[in-house]
Amino acid sequence: MKFVYRLLCVITLGLTVWACDQSDEQSQAPDVNIEGALDMREVVEEKAAAEVMGLENKNVLDEFAKTLDSEKRTHIQRVVTPGGIEAWLVEEHAVPLISVEVGFTGGARRDPMDKQGLAYLMSGLLDEGAGDLDAEAFQTKLEDLSIRLHFNAGLDGFYGSLRMLTRHRDEGFDLLRLALTQPRFDDEPIERIRSQILVRLKRDLASPQTIAQRTWFEAVFGDHVYGRPVRGAPETVESVTADDMRAFLRAALARDNLKIAVVGDIDAETLGALLDKTFGALPPSAAPEDMNQAVIPDEARLIVVERPQPQSIVLFGGPGILLDDPDFFSAYVMNYILGGGGFASRLMEEVREKRGLAYGVSTSFNPYDYAGVFFGSVATENERIAESLSVIKAEIARMRDEGVTEKELRDAKTYLTGSFPLRFDSNSRIANQLVGYQMTGRGIDYIDTRNDRIEAVTRGDIARVAARLLDPDALTVVVVGEPEGLEPGQEDGAP
Amino acid sequence: MLINRKMRKTSWRRLGLGAFIAMIGGVMNLTSPFQGVTAMAAQAQEMHETAAWAPETFTLGNGMQVVVIPDHRVPVVTHMVWYRVGAADEPPLKSGIAHFLEHLMFKGTDKIPPGEMSKIVARNGGQDNAFTNNDYTAYFQRVALDRLPLVMELEADRMTGLILTDDVVYPERDVILEERSSRIENNPESILSEQMSAALFKAHAYGIPVIGWAHEIRSLTTQDALDFYHQYYAPNNAILIVAGDITAAQLRPLAEEFYGRIPSVELAPRVRGKEPPGVAPVHIDLRDARVRQASFRRSYLAPSFSTAEQGMAEAIDVLTQLLGVGSTSRFYRVLVVSQARAASAGAWYSGDGLDYGRVGLYASPRAGITLAQIEEAMDGVIADVLENGVTQEEVSRAKSNLIADAVYARDNQQSLAQAYGSGLTTGETMEDVTAFPDRVAEVTVDQVNAAAQLVFNQPGYVTGYLLPENGS
Repeated sequence: MKFVYRLLCVITLGLTVWACDQSDEQSQAPDVNIEGALDMREVVEEKAAAEVMGLENKNVLDEFAKTLDSEKRTHIQRVVTPGGIEAWLVEEHAVPLISVEVGFTGGARRDPMDKQGLAYLMSGLLDEGAGDLDAEAFQTKLEDLSIRLHFNAGLDGFYGSLRMLTRHRDEGFDLLRLALTQPRFDDEPIERIRSQILVRLKRDLASPQTIAQRTWFEAVFGDHVYGRPVRGAPETVESVTADDMRAFLRAALARDNLKIAVVGDIDAETLGALLDKTFGALPPSAAPEDMNQAVIPDEARLIVVERPQPQSIVLFGGPGILLDDPDFFSAYVMNYILGGGGFASRLMEEVREKRGLAYGVSTSFNPYDYAGVFFGSVATENERIAESLSVIKAEIARMRDEGVTEKELRDAKTYLTGSFPLRFDSNSRIANQLVGYQMTGRGIDYIDTRNDRIEAVTRGDIARVAARLLDPDALTVVVVGEPEGLEPGQEDGAP
Repeated sequence: MLINRKMRKTSWRRLGLGAFIAMIGGVMNLTSPFQGVTAMAAQAQEMHETAAWAPETFTLGNGMQVVVIPDHRVPVVTHMVWYRVGAADEPPLKSGIAHFLEHLMFKGTDKIPPGEMSKIVARNGGQDNAFTNNDYTAYFQRVALDRLPLVMELEADRMTGLILTDDVVYPERDVILEERSSRIENNPESILSEQMSAALFKAHAYGIPVIGWAHEIRSLTTQDALDFYHQYYAPNNAILIVAGDITAAQLRPLAEEFYGRIPSVELAPRVRGKEPPGVAPVHIDLRDARVRQASFRRSYLAPSFSTAEQGMAEAIDVLTQLLGVGSTSRFYRVLVVSQARAASAGAWYSGDGLDYGRVGLYASPRAGITLAQIEEAMDGVIADVLENGVTQEEVSRAKSNLIADAVYARDNQQSLAQAYGSGLTTGETMEDVTAFPDRVAEVTVDQVNAAAQLVFNQPGYVTGYLLPENGS
């Protein structure tokens, strides 16, 4: 399923995209949502309706306020089995569903240099036959029991996702066990899934976003493994064998790099027993990795990929910040104000709202395990792309030189803390958050402390981190299209 | 993808999702040898017993419908207002005005300055966006429960209080042209989709892209947007949907307070075209230098959930599921596995339309295989279904998975709100949406075979080949 390109089923192209499986759209995006979770009830300071516009009947609001229950929280349990396997569990019995998310640290970055795309290919094969079940039997069993089981590979992690009805809990965990520990890697599914990836790689060549992304990552990471696309290249994907995948499986999927989150209709005792059964047969430890920190260029570069289209797609960025850096939260809040906050961001205001230069513009700090990058994107008609870029650079410079206002900081904090509960409104979203926290080494108390760390950020912190991280004259800029007013290979200078 | 106020890329499909309550009866009585469907029914029974989540609806004095979808797991709500107006309601030569107006709805009122609404929502820890389709336009916010009154007041304010001036309207028109470039002009696959829709619908406005033709967008004016707004934005043309940690008892006084005061207006009937009978297939070759991987597509006219005769839309849903969703489906088994001609192959049904639905097929060939070979193989599968029919086992499995999708969608308050919103704005009732799994469970092999005859025996389908500039 994962490789079925259902994007073709768009009806009205976009405005609402129907029935489209986007699951492998963003393999080069950060592996996890890098930002944290929260206290379900961190109350923001802004006052609600009545103060905003002057309601005539405040009794309605008072009555409504009386109905609010301030005690609801997401309660995370740590489940550790006799076999030493740990999972984070949120019990939620309101719906008879169970969501299981697993992650193994390492991932596509473990691909051998001449076999890039291996982890991604393997992610398409674990549910294509395991144990006594061949591909068709395995898939049929999943469908007959309406169990959803998928795998995916990112740069820093290999992921599995299992959803089932409570009724099929044991069968679901058992199919996950089979897939992780006894995949068959039969010839027919290997060739079939390989052909899907090869087709996908060719389709990528018609996507300006993907072209830009690949070019930018190659330019920024050079020979470092992060410069290599997760999906690989045709030659390397062709070269992957069943034995390569068996070796990768033994080396990369083990109990000591395994993270598990479970949310739904299951209790700790039941889960504990299933954890040992499901994951006990994995090797105790993953093979050591030979990883080094990536060095991100901090000089101005402009790379233009000529492509006949009316609009230029631009990616820009440079060095960023690691997740364990003491300034990470300051950078995160600063970026919200610069370009991470949608319509609340300076870039959206200047580029879209004031000038109509683009449908979207955004920036982010992406903390990979071995590199921090600052990364942004915009798309503007070829004739005006130079203007977009100069507005963006001017805003980056303004942030670096002037920092943020007290009001901007306050507004950023109320959004970032107040919206945290929105990430916890379904079992599968909670499970995704929790596995992400574990993959990035955060503690089980993270959701209780995360908002405090945002609240603690000061204007001084932001001024310091902006001066340290932002430099409009040291961006790697990739343009796909037929841009006017930009000179490839040259720094175009002043904002 | 890019920041998206204004349109949501959602992977939601028609899940029906509503009440598993309703599915119990029908499914349990099904005498299927297939264990999956009855297991799903039992699960639904369990869900019915454990969850107090059944949606409720009531109508305000001014005619505005209100839908409440309780989900009390976390103190968060999704607040949506859906208008029964979309791109298919646009006047001639004004394509894109529905979507343009959707953007302009963020440009302020006499109480809220331009662009400020999204910022107020953000300052309150909320997220907002909007989206437009052929038959509806919808606005939503996701907020903590205690911020619900705030977003209701803001949304009610702009239902009638929108103020537009040229200095905010025309930069936004440029934004939409950039949006069109991003979505369509940059992507040959999207260009082909647009061309195929235009060919499939000869008389009905579904053939016109929702975002509009570029040359018509360029001439849209402030007055065009205001005219459209005044004609269609009113409480008696809107549906309020709140999903999440809320009950009807809590919501009703708020709805009366914020929306109930807005006067209703007289609405003009929606005037829609009718498609003439199909006469001959249309074939479109789109050659584009940017294409490296060829692909095949086909579209058929079909009835929608609201226009189909009883049971037919559900049968079409089951048909497309068993033909083209998942790796046990016919297209996948034949084209991808057995013949190894295609890398991917599948089918879909879009049944949420006030006037028409459609069925689509798609496939990407493996290296060395032509699109003609792909088309031949897909036609072979269809011919087999038309001649020999489908099996009980595949019908049962398809039904079971459609029902399971509905159960899984129960995990997400937004999916549920979306299902009711699109259903209610495309001619369905609450009961229709709620009982979707129940009706799927009742679909028979004979009905699926009849659906295949209905869809695939029409002469007027459209085939699209996406091709590199040179080669086959």
